[in-house]
Amino acid sequence: MANFHPFVVPFVFGALALFVICGYKYVRWIKQFDRKQQKLIKKNMFSTRIFPAIKEMFNECLLHLRITKKNWRLGYMHRSIAFGWFLLIVVGAIESRIGIKGPFHFWCAIFYRFFHHNPPVNGTEVFFTQLMDLILLYVLSGIFLAFVKKIHSRVLGMKRTTKHTVMDTTVKIALWAIFPLRLLSEAVTARLYANGGFLTQTLGDLFSRPVADFLEIPLWSLYSIALCIFFLMLPFTRYMHIFTEVFLIYFRKLGLRDSVKMTGYTKFELSACSRCGMCIDRCPLYNTLDINDVQSVYLLRNLRNLEHHQDILAAGKNCLMCHQCAEDCPVDIDLMSIRRISRDKGDTDMADNYRYLDPVKGFNAIGRVAYFGGCMTQLTPTISESMKTIFEAAGVKYWHLDGERAICCGRPLLQQGFNKQAADLRRKVSELISSCNATALITSCPICYNTFKHEYHLNIPIYHHTEYLDMLIKSGKLSVKQTDTTFTYHDPCDLGRGCGVYEQPREVLKAIGQLKQISAEKENSVCCGMNLGNTVLSLDQQTKLRDKSLQILTEPNPDVVVTACPMCKKAFKHGTEANVKDIAEVVASSIQNEECRIMNYEL
Amino acid sequence: MADFGFKIKQTRSFNLSQADLRKADRLLEEVPSYRLCIGCGGCTATCSARQFTDFDIRKVHNTFRRGQYDKLADELRKCMLCGKCTLVCPRGVNLRSLIINMRQLLTPSNETF
Repeated sequence: MANFHPFVVPFVFGALALFVICGYKYVRWIKQFDRKQQKLIKKNMFSTRIFPAIKEMFNECLLHLRITKKNWRLGYMHRSIAFGWFLLIVVGAIESRIGIKGPFHFWCAIFYRFFHHNPPVNGTEVFFTQLMDLILLYVLSGIFLAFVKKIHSRVLGMKRTTKHTVMDTTVKIALWAIFPLRLLSEAVTARLYANGGFLTQTLGDLFSRPVADFLEIPLWSLYSIALCIFFLMLPFTRYMHIFTEVFLIYFRKLGLRDSVKMTGYTKFELSACSRCGMCIDRCPLYNTLDINDVQSVYLLRNLRNLEHHQDILAAGKNCLMCHQCAEDCPVDIDLMSIRRISRDKGDTDMADNYRYLDPVKGFNAIGRVAYFGGCMTQLTPTISESMKTIFEAAGVKYWHLDGERAICCGRPLLQQGFNKQAADLRRKVSELISSCNATALITSCPICYNTFKHEYHLNIPIYHHTEYLDMLIKSGKLSVKQTDTTFTYHDPCDLGRGCGVYEQPREVLKAIGQLKQISAEKENSVCCGMNLGNTVLSLDQQTKLRDKSLQILTEPNPDVVVTACPMCKKAFKHGTEANVKDIAEVVASSIQNEECRIMNYEL
Repeated sequence: MADFGFKIKQTRSFNLSQADLRKADRLLEEVPSYRLCIGCGGCTATCSARQFTDFDIRKVHNTFRRGQYDKLADELRKCMLCGKCTLVCPRGVNLRSLIINMRQLLTPSNETF
């Protein structure tokens, strides 16, 4: 048989097995999509959404632009391996199509130099030979960096890398071996037949002829075996992300999202995680409390490998849900939803809950805005009092929806996996809000704001009070006096990373005083430790988290530490000598509308 | 009996040595901070659900601790899990965790005892 040698057998076997196993897994997961997801796929499968999807696949799966934006060294490493290998396959296929004489098999492209012994003669062949060497050098540089990262991750800007399982480590070694083996095999062949480029020929000429002759077949065989091991283990290890990310991007562009239960889409997400470990470095539980087995990378691995149920629960429980890992994830996996899925408490309690809310009737608030303080604001009444002062000063008619009795928005239940109860509660609250016919809903609590924004379907605009204050000041309804007070601003998790509100509170503060920069703000803001997402941290641990966050906030020595969340305010209040205020209190104490008697809050 | 506008409360008594304390012990294991509870009732005083109904979280966890689990599951369904009780607790008891664990222990499918 022409263009065949026994050493290609492992490679061919591995490649075929890879496609069969991956295909089987993908079909099974697609069958597990829920009805809503299936409908979306059918509707959008052949729409124009495919073009942005292809663009994102190219940018993320091959070029890794998101990682590059965060850390160019890591970006280079991932790109050189992914994009480099892709180029090796594509350019190699073209080259072999042109060069191979006799029957063409798909393995000829992979082992081209072995099956095509003639030295390059014309311009095209010389060009391809040199190009392939250049690409191989590119990939090898990435492998070298990966090796450096393993020994000393700080060189590549990572404090800590993932603790991998034995399987993951084995397959990684196979991957790392592939390219040096390819280099060596091509080098010895180049020594024998003078068909190499600048890299392989130079390296090959270092060997003596008998040595090269002796090593040629064993080296090509090892190369083929390394490929085989990698392909066979790929579907069961983290390298499954290579193909899965492509599908995930496509489904996401079609509009699919996580449901409250584990669906096929979630399975795609779990396998699209490459366990790069970028979620570890900035996890507050890791870098303040040294808890290093609950981060998203480990939770996803436990879920995917179907570890013992108790292990999954333990990893799933201990999380602040501060959105930091979701922000850092280069694959953009919806980590918060997966965390909630892992906490799902099941359908045991299917009765209609919270019936006692039925008789609660909404005030007829036509033409007024509804102000929803949230449960936590009941414990920090200065915030709601300040908001009332502001409403009155700006001449806004309002109705304090939960003034006497607080109703929960349902987020705490949702975050702990009580999906049915949360949905029941949401229904009651929506009925209450829609029955009062208010023109807008304003809330002081980022937790409620995030829920109203993403879980409710209200037909009135929803504002967090920072947004609303910014609107009032910009529209001239509220005038504030500029002072030389200095502020630092803490971005609450649910308001910043959860809803993307960063600029409005800063605009408000700049209108009143000077805003000082801090070392970790906006997307990088450090959670105050009191986030409702966690129920297992002890008071001591929460205090440590709070102190870390406060240390960053008080570093520039501001007059007032400002936050926009009753929870954060409560946390900080007891931890520092510094003056801690909610943004509403700051605004209320600097109103200079003439018609309003200024109430001075000594807080 | 004539209605005088008030009633005499029935004596509630039970034999603690006969109570099944396994779930209560498990609860203390899961939420060690509950040992610090002094029964002050701060949790009930601030409770959001209490503002609408006669839900009494202090009574619920006290009853649970004594091994009297009857009707507690229904009672606990009233809780909205907002967490105000945890914030006001003067002893730092993690009440949210306590409530979740009580719910779990009282769910029939999780019955291990």
